[in-house]
Amino acid sequence: MSESVAHVLGEEPRLRYVLRLADTSLILGQRLAEWVGHAPALEEDLGLANIALDLIGQARLFLSYAGELEGRGRGEDELAFLRDASEFLNLTLVEQPNGDFGKTLVRQLLVAAFQLELYEALQASADARLAEIAAKALRETRYHLRYSASWVVRLGDGTPESHARVQAALEELWPFTGELFAQDSVDAAMVAAGIAPPAAALKAGWSARIDAVLAEATLVRPGDSPFPWHGKRGVHTEHLGYLLAEMQFLQRAYPGAAW
Amino acid sequence: MSLAPDLAPAQSDWQAEVWRLLGEVKDPEIPILTVIDLGIVRYVRGASRDALRVGLTPTYSGCPATEVIRRAVAQKLARAGFGEVVIETQLAPAWSSDWLTPAARSKLAAYGIAPPAEAVSNPKRLFGAASIECPRCHSAATRLVSEFGSTPCKAHYTCTACLEPFDYFKCI
Repeated sequence: MSESVAHVLGEEPRLRYVLRLADTSLILGQRLAEWVGHAPALEEDLGLANIALDLIGQARLFLSYAGELEGRGRGEDELAFLRDASEFLNLTLVEQPNGDFGKTLVRQLLVAAFQLELYEALQASADARLAEIAAKALRETRYHLRYSASWVVRLGDGTPESHARVQAALEELWPFTGELFAQDSVDAAMVAAGIAPPAAALKAGWSARIDAVLAEATLVRPGDSPFPWHGKRGVHTEHLGYLLAEMQFLQRAYPGAAW
Repeated sequence: MSLAPDLAPAQSDWQAEVWRLLGEVKDPEIPILTVIDLGIVRYVRGASRDALRVGLTPTYSGCPATEVIRRAVAQKLARAGFGEVVIETQLAPAWSSDWLTPAARSKLAAYGIAPPAEAVSNPKRLFGAASIECPRCHSAATRLVSEFGSTPCKAHYTCTACLEPFDYFKCI
């Protein structure tokens, strides 16, 4: 992490950890919201919008908590709309562009299965605030997983065209999943404090869920590979900047605008 | 951890009045239900009618109705002459559709929204979803159209007997 980012965010590992959770939900919610008015059918438009709404709601809970931990008077809105890309600590996977409907659902499946494992474990966190947000988010995440899994099965076990497209999406997105289970010093501090589960411990449960869906979808699981992306340390792919430009435009152009 | 709202065994008159008034505050998205029907009022506390706190829990994290409901509750109590009212958000335990009152379930069905089919705590739930009954013709021959409907709390179904589409209040 660069010095400037460390300065902006402070040295508190818990704050960084909470921002990782917050930003992962927020950026994925914003990505899904890009589908509004563009999904293949009205039902799927509503489905993706509802998942986006859940994720943004979860992000608000995490961001409010992050603002309190930071103690500099920044609330959820300042943290969402007035930070630059290098200060966002989301998983790199969630900022990847939507692509076609199939790619969006593959991404959703990979993230929802991870969040399910994570939130189940976080319910037992030594941080009571995180435990209660996780318990709340968990109930919603089960629906996200069910929805995305059912679509990946339909598309994977669908026509040769849909099968080829979701298999290609899976191969494109798979390298980003390495970051989900990689532990750095922030994670280690959280594990030591009993606040977070060890990232690697989530992988078996995640793999079992993903493998079951891929088998039914007749898709082939790609091999794991090294990953050079470190979104959760503020090092992003170029895609995040474009997303923020759209998401933050209003507050940047009209500071303090409210309705 | 008690799942039932924090109803004091011996309530003062003003507390009983608050609960009665809250029973008149409607959900803006499903206006046949009150906040009491939904099970989202978690407690009414305070020293007197001039210093009280009402605990609400959101149904879904991102439900846009949450803010409207907070304002409606504050307004209702202010109009009834209560003094300082603080609306607090209580996240834990997380809201469940199990908390809908029996009255809420029958109101939903009469309104054309199928109520949650089973208790979330039901262990049988692990082995596939229950069949959802059409709120109009009561046939069990229904089909899931989408896991997500017009609001976060509803899914979208169609009855294959009477052919009517309908909303289903999701189990969470």
